Amino acid sequence: MAGLAVLSVILMFVDHVTDWLDESRAAMTVAVTPVVVIADLPNRSARGLTEMLASREDLRRRITELESELTLFKVKTEKMAALTAENNRLRDLLGSAAKLQDNVLVAELIGVNPDPEVQEVVIDKGVLDDVFIGQPVLDSRGLMGQVVDVSRYTSRVLLISDQEHSVPVQVLRSNLRLIAQGTGLDQKLELQHVNSTADIRVGDQLLSSGLGNRFPVGYPVGVVDRVKHEPGKPFAVVTASPSAQLDRSRHVLLVFTESRTPEEATAFTSGRSDGKSGR
Amino acid sequence: MERVADNPLAGMTVIVVTVIAGMVLAVLPMPDFVPPELGFLRPDWVAMVLVYWLIALPHRVGILSAWATGLIVDVLLGSLLGQHALAYVIIAYIALNLYQRLRMFTVWQQALVLFALLGLNQLINFWIENIAGDAEWRMWYLMPALAGAFLWPWVFLLLRVLRRRLAVT
Repeated sequence: MAGLAVLSVILMFVDHVTDWLDESRAAMTVAVTPVVVIADLPNRSARGLTEMLASREDLRRRITELESELTLFKVKTEKMAALTAENNRLRDLLGSAAKLQDNVLVAELIGVNPDPEVQEVVIDKGVLDDVFIGQPVLDSRGLMGQVVDVSRYTSRVLLISDQEHSVPVQVLRSNLRLIAQGTGLDQKLELQHVNSTADIRVGDQLLSSGLGNRFPVGYPVGVVDRVKHEPGKPFAVVTASPSAQLDRSRHVLLVFTESRTPEEATAFTSGRSDGKSGR
Repeated sequence: MERVADNPLAGMTVIVVTVIAGMVLAVLPMPDFVPPELGFLRPDWVAMVLVYWLIALPHRVGILSAWATGLIVDVLLGSLLGQHALAYVIIAYIALNLYQRLRMFTVWQQALVLFALLGLNQLINFWIENIAGDAEWRMWYLMPALAGAFLWPWVFLLLRVLRRRLAVT
């Protein structure tokens, strides 16, 4: 008993301090993947059943709705493409390196960390799909989190609302740069060290600032929903609600940004040709 | 009903299947309409199944099995490798020392002991998280132990029926 206890402690220490155990953990994760898949079955079949029971009328209505939405988005995308091209041209003129071209991969949620204190989900894409640790994850409305653990078929995503997660953001209106930290269970973001006199108000849109080279620039992170100035305190209490639907999105997007630094690109995606990042 | 008494391998299969069932329950996502706070009530199913087999068949399920199960749970939940393993080893050690007395207890007396064991389990996990990160102690952390103690009679009866029907020895 004592031997196993000591062994556990040593394992934990090694796991915490080094990454030597990551490979074996990834291998074992593959072995337990069936458990995660089985646990997801009730949810999955419930959704399948709802789809099967949906009436013809409903389905037709939904198709029409989605078609009109698609047309709308197509128009927007075309405009976006033109703007992106123009933006890149202007950046070229300025000699700046950032390119606004991100590739995405769609993944599906297959599990949620059962501990309510940890805001973490499991998705069905892994090393086989070139997912890497630190990869940003979005949903259709905004930034969701980042990959913290990959195995062959699955990976673990830490959401921006986790207490141990912070994301560098920028206020769209005033360009004020801040750090947004998660608050845990109530799925809010808390802005750190906001000067009492800072130009920030309720309703301000927060975008990822791209500082720290982890998240790409310009994705919506949240909207400020409370600004409270406490007399006598140097910093104001500012909270924001995340733009992404952290507890509802079934489909997420994994972002492959091309403007990573060359060292990171080779370290993370060996074999992926990445010619543009060396500028 | 098929008897598996003569075949130790088949008996082991039953034990492994129940432990895996516990793992599935441990990661089962809650339906969307349930408030996330209820997640605090989720008992440590794997620990409960382990404790049952430790009491019922101590010659089959011992400290080593508890440790291995703990490692798998660590992988499953993404916690530090060894965290649940350590907790399970300690509760297995206590359960193995008490199993003869525990068998004499009524099921609700057992539930009381289980509350202590599961509470210790939570406490060990909290300590480790506290050392590795900066978890904050809340009384919520004892809720899974309470829920587990209340659910114990049903888990116990279910597993006993299973063990007797399938004659796992």
